[in-house]
Amino acid sequence: MPRRDDLKTILLLGSGPIVIGQACEFDYSGTQACKGLREDGYRVVLVNSNPATIMTDPETADRTYIEPLTWQVIEKVIEIERPDALLPTLGGQTALNLAMDLDRHGVLQRYGVEMIGAKADAIRRAEDREAFKTTMDSIGLETCCGKTVKSLAEAREVLREVGLPAVIRPSFTLGGSGSGVAFNREEFDQKVARGLDLSPVGEVLVEESILGWKEYEMEVMRDADDNAVIICSIENFDPCGIHTGDSITVAPAMTLTDKQYQRMRDASFAVIRAIGVETGGSNIQFAVHPTNGRMIVIEMNPRVSRSSALASKATGFPIAKIAAKLAVGWRLHELPNDITKKTKACFEPSIDYCVVKIPRFAFEKFPEADSRLSTQMKSVGETMAIGRTFKEAFQKALRGLEVGSFGFGCDGKDLWGTPAEPSIDDIRARVATPDPDRVWYLRYAVKAGMTIDEIHELTAIDRWFLDQLVQIVETESLLRTCGSLGATEDSLLRAAKQDGFSDRQLATIFGCAELEVRADRKRRGILATYKAVDTCAAEFEASTPYFYSTWEEEDETPPKGSKKRVMILGGGPNRIGQGIEFDYCCCHASFALREMGIESVMVNSNPETVSTDYDTSDMLFFEPLTCEDVLNIADRIAPDGVIVQLGGQTPLNLARALASAGLPIIGTSVDTIEEAEDREKFRNLLERLSLRQPASGIARTLEQARREVARIGFPSLVRPSYVLGGRAMEICYDQSQFERYVAEAFVVAQGQPVLIDRFLEDAIEVDVDCICDGRDVIVAGVMEHIEEAGVHSGDSACVIPPHSLSPSVVASIKEAATALARSLRVVGLMNVQFAVKREDGEQTLYVIEVNPRASRTVPFVAKATGFPVAKVAVKVMAGMSLREQGITTDPIPSHISVKESVFPFVKFAGVDIVLGPEMRSTGEVMGVSDRLSIAFAKSQIAAGIVLPEKGRIFVSVASRQAKEAMVEISRKLIAMGFELLATSGTAKTIADAGLPVEVVKKLQEGHPNLIDHLIDGRVQLIMNTPRGKGARTDEGRIRAASVLYGVPCITTLPAADAVVLAMEAMRDEPLSVQALQDRFPKPAQTQERL
Amino acid sequence: MAKAALALEDGTVYYGDHFGATGTVSGEVCFNTSLVGYQEILTDPSYRGQILAMTAPEIGNYGVNPNDVESGRLQLSGFVVRHASRIASNFTATGTIGDYLADAGVVGIQGIDTRSLVRRLRMRGVMTGVLSSEVLESEKLIQKAQNALSLAGRDLVREVVPSGISQWNEKIDPIDLVAGVTGGGEAQEQNYAGREKQNHVVALDYGMKWNIARHLASAGYRVTVMPGTSTIAEVLAQKPDGVFLSNGPGDPEPLAYAIKTVASLVGKVPVYGICLGHQLLALACGAKTFKLKFGHRGANQPVMDLDTGKIEITSQNHGFAVDESSLPPELVVTHRNLNDDTIEGLRHRFAAAASVQYHPEAASGPHDATHLFARFGKMMA
Repeated sequence: MPRRDDLKTILLLGSGPIVIGQACEFDYSGTQACKGLREDGYRVVLVNSNPATIMTDPETADRTYIEPLTWQVIEKVIEIERPDALLPTLGGQTALNLAMDLDRHGVLQRYGVEMIGAKADAIRRAEDREAFKTTMDSIGLETCCGKTVKSLAEAREVLREVGLPAVIRPSFTLGGSGSGVAFNREEFDQKVARGLDLSPVGEVLVEESILGWKEYEMEVMRDADDNAVIICSIENFDPCGIHTGDSITVAPAMTLTDKQYQRMRDASFAVIRAIGVETGGSNIQFAVHPTNGRMIVIEMNPRVSRSSALASKATGFPIAKIAAKLAVGWRLHELPNDITKKTKACFEPSIDYCVVKIPRFAFEKFPEADSRLSTQMKSVGETMAIGRTFKEAFQKALRGLEVGSFGFGCDGKDLWGTPAEPSIDDIRARVATPDPDRVWYLRYAVKAGMTIDEIHELTAIDRWFLDQLVQIVETESLLRTCGSLGATEDSLLRAAKQDGFSDRQLATIFGCAELEVRADRKRRGILATYKAVDTCAAEFEASTPYFYSTWEEEDETPPKGSKKRVMILGGGPNRIGQGIEFDYCCCHASFALREMGIESVMVNSNPETVSTDYDTSDMLFFEPLTCEDVLNIADRIAPDGVIVQLGGQTPLNLARALASAGLPIIGTSVDTIEEAEDREKFRNLLERLSLRQPASGIARTLEQARREVARIGFPSLVRPSYVLGGRAMEICYDQSQFERYVAEAFVVAQGQPVLIDRFLEDAIEVDVDCICDGRDVIVAGVMEHIEEAGVHSGDSACVIPPHSLSPSVVASIKEAATALARSLRVVGLMNVQFAVKREDGEQTLYVIEVNPRASRTVPFVAKATGFPVAKVAVKVMAGMSLREQGITTDPIPSHISVKESVFPFVKFAGVDIVLGPEMRSTGEVMGVSDRLSIAFAKSQIAAGIVLPEKGRIFVSVASRQAKEAMVEISRKLIAMGFELLATSGTAKTIADAGLPVEVVKKLQEGHPNLIDHLIDGRVQLIMNTPRGKGARTDEGRIRAASVLYGVPCITTLPAADAVVLAMEAMRDEPLSVQALQDRFPKPAQTQERL
Repeated sequence: MAKAALALEDGTVYYGDHFGATGTVSGEVCFNTSLVGYQEILTDPSYRGQILAMTAPEIGNYGVNPNDVESGRLQLSGFVVRHASRIASNFTATGTIGDYLADAGVVGIQGIDTRSLVRRLRMRGVMTGVLSSEVLESEKLIQKAQNALSLAGRDLVREVVPSGISQWNEKIDPIDLVAGVTGGGEAQEQNYAGREKQNHVVALDYGMKWNIARHLASAGYRVTVMPGTSTIAEVLAQKPDGVFLSNGPGDPEPLAYAIKTVASLVGKVPVYGICLGHQLLALACGAKTFKLKFGHRGANQPVMDLDTGKIEITSQNHGFAVDESSLPPELVVTHRNLNDDTIEGLRHRFAAAASVQYHPEAASGPHDATHLFARFGKMMA
């Protein structure tokens, strides 16, 4: 039966901001769904609060609402658009929860909206632990022993049955938030209490521990005829006990016999049928006891998940697109397999390679957080590698992780053979404790002579995986025995490359330069070959050019035709400071190149993204972003251009090496990129342009740094050069702080200099994104930050257009940006950060930083102005001037857009949340309105900050100046009917102004203190500007507690001001929604056609 | 590691590392796309006379065990993999794949570009080849490969049929029959429960995979296994309620004796055939078979049941297929392959006879089609 004709309009929900546990994979799935449904003639209405997505591009859906994801807002959209159906299974847990909310509040019934894909009762059966257990029982499948409880007392009852260690899982939380294993009673009580609190329904599941069991995932698809197929099996390298999102995982399953595998396959179908997911994809997790084979169903996601994205990229099968099509009635066998074109989507992919995914963590940003891995997901990104063998894929994935390693040891990061070589006791301890660095210690364990059985005993990692690691180390030993590259036989060198050794590792082993290895092996004819990902193990011809490198005989890349080829280097695994925003830019590069008739070639290693979708580019290379890997691809495809300015710092860091190797970098030259980073040259340039800059200095040694800071004065900003996301950047107010931070900056800088700037206190920060073609400049967006300078630009909220700057200041900002772009001979994108400081009644402009590359704000600017910033920039890079594109004036935003940042603090218990120069946000949301206050309010709601309508607000400020400002804020809060709480100091200021305030005890003054009030739910909002920083201070503990108890906490005065405005505005105006297509009646189409 | 070489009749030679037994073997070179189940594949008699390449690159990971066998010995001539595991990692394992091949005298090669081999076979069609751990000179190898016997026109069944008649009692482990999922075992048992008489099935063994017999036993039938060379008189002497035609190796056309027996059976007793048995039924009814370019070998072949519209993901292993244009009017196509539209199942219009080209007994492969054993039961009812 073909598609349903009774449906015309379908509502699709996105997953909102990037958070831990929910990242770009839902942009990928939502975008595929939009494409798939529109291809079938449906009108697609999309709601998502995240502007940095391809799915929220005005061209992706018919109607696009960048609005907060709450059921109330969705109801307004439903009221306007009157969809026939809601497809809730492609926007992660967020969309599923929203759909359930809409159902619970009767909205779907009221407007006659049908839930397609999965119905509410199926979702409930899958998500409700008790219902899930009962359903599994009914089909004879085992689940973990345990019970859902609503109180600590009940939990202790259950503990008697299941025993320690016990697993605690709060119901309905994202990415397993709040989950954990308790090894003793104290830990158990703590985790249960926290779990009860985190669960939106106040429930936790207490269950038997399956620590050390083998863990698997099955990706299932089912159509309306009840035909079901397995798209991919995934085996976790890290056994049960570590969240699958934090585990190294491998596809397909490696260590199951056919009987064991088929048992799991049969069970998967039984589960999807019993739960009742009618159509689409589901992900089912299993645990298998390693010595008796007992199989347990861990859980089921009745929707497309992070693992489905991985499975899609691992097999070539477009799970999200097919899921969307199945939801509207297509049957699997009616849909073509897009990769082979000739066969149908009704089959089970067979793969003739091995896929390894490794998670990427960001604990360096949260030094106070516990880096041990457990059942709550903590990773912020992942990299995937494809190789012909596990060994090859594993080593590729390790270098794709971009943590300074180039494989399994034998690189700059390798401690073996150095004075820091770990002792055997050290190794044993580190191997037994799963954390992000355990993988390196597995190698040290092998190097130290531990046997496979010994390591298995400590880690429960399957012996087959461990043997592969041993084989890698054996190859390393063979190489070392050769002594030199010249003395290494061709066959061994080739074998090493086949085992995934990078040129860098070989260079380290032989003590020569990486390029020497490259030249030598090329002379010997040892070249990377590329194989297609084709869903069918070469049984059928593939028409989609999706490749991975290996070191075999046959290469499958198509010969170059008459079209030019341009290579786009992506951003690799998501991390804080480099994520979806850059992937968005890379995708647009591909779209722009295709429009120009140029073959786009994407290189990236991030399986979550749209950029690694099989039909985003003309060719896709799923490869790590290292110099060697990129040069190898270039050897085969001979690109006419390489774009390095869109993927964030990753490709930029490769630019010099690639240019030196002769690759044609297009757009801004590498010299310019370096000139902007070079402090001396940049200072001279600013002087030439008569632009001001805060006093600054550069230091290569500690002594130099001390001299510079003496000259510059305090407060000063200290940071290492060449890092993104404000890594190790700190504001120092005195010498002692300076001494502490400068030392760390030198460590992070890794031989590069440390930069010291005068810090402009209380200045307004402004971000500008512009495009230059070498002659003309377009200023695409001027963003005024809400938080004062000093908060990392990636973490602060910002507004387009500027709301407090005078027109003359905005004009001079644009002039300055234009002059800078021209002088630097920028071709493509440039981002400038300015600070505007009120000095002697005048707004004075300072240039803080210039980055001649795509910035994190490019997608936000595009969504705020309707101007396709990234595409225009790419066309400029590809040689089409702004004038040739018909672009002569800066876009003028027709409304006010606020970008707010979203933080992962809830995953890192106890961490101080105060904002600073080191970026810590994972994602962003956008609020749009004609009024600043409403736009800001929307951005807060979208970010999950529940601004109270009534109740108590705790205020606490540090400086005298801030206290005065707080009096004004307090006056407004009281006028709105709030009660104020404050500790003695701030309370006195407020009381002195004649305002009512309740004094609460400081933490050291005994009970009940503020935290007690928080626990009792007596506080609805905290406004606390920091005196000091760190989780150990009183304030730090208060702020950390606010995260724990879900009370919003505002940490800067400007944000407090904005919040008050927002709360006022929400009182006198109901929220309204508007589609992007109505805001931009003619979405830049005229320009694109040129 | 010792070297080994694989040469094809088109002059291609792959050099790799040797594993398993030493020696020189020739045969038809083909490939299987199953991700798991290599032990069942190694012991499947249908691979007689073939050198098999696995497309899944990591083979041997979970070792071998005494239970996952489909016949009394390893059947193929040579085994080609990208990477063979030197250890066996599974609680069921009793040995490694290397030792298993060595003990059975099967020559293995690993470390070659198996994907390039598969692409070559896909484009050129299956070819004869030679696999050797002794002869490594390309000239000699190619000549041997060109002189190797093709499967077409050869009777390989005689090499694998059992010597005598036996009773079969072993059933499928109940853990491998998930209720309500496969529509298989338990449903069949229920189907059978309450019936007075136990049906007697004669399984004609042309190189039968043991899981066929296990399924027949699990379905509640009394199972007698007879050599596929048996005559009509010998079969009827067993007084069967139904006759099951098994899978088997090679080309069905030269098997005149088997075709003759099957032709006589049709109309006398209910007949159900799978794989070679399916081809024999078709030939017995007057249809023709032809050689596929590179065959169907794997565990992911989608087949539609044309009566129900349901799709089964099936396990397959065949190099020949029934020619649709040759079908006599009494044969109806019941199943079709969704990838290439070839015939996957037939039913006799007038007699109780039906067959499928694929393997409902799985082992290795999906359990989607095990309900067909119950369908056979209905034919005997």
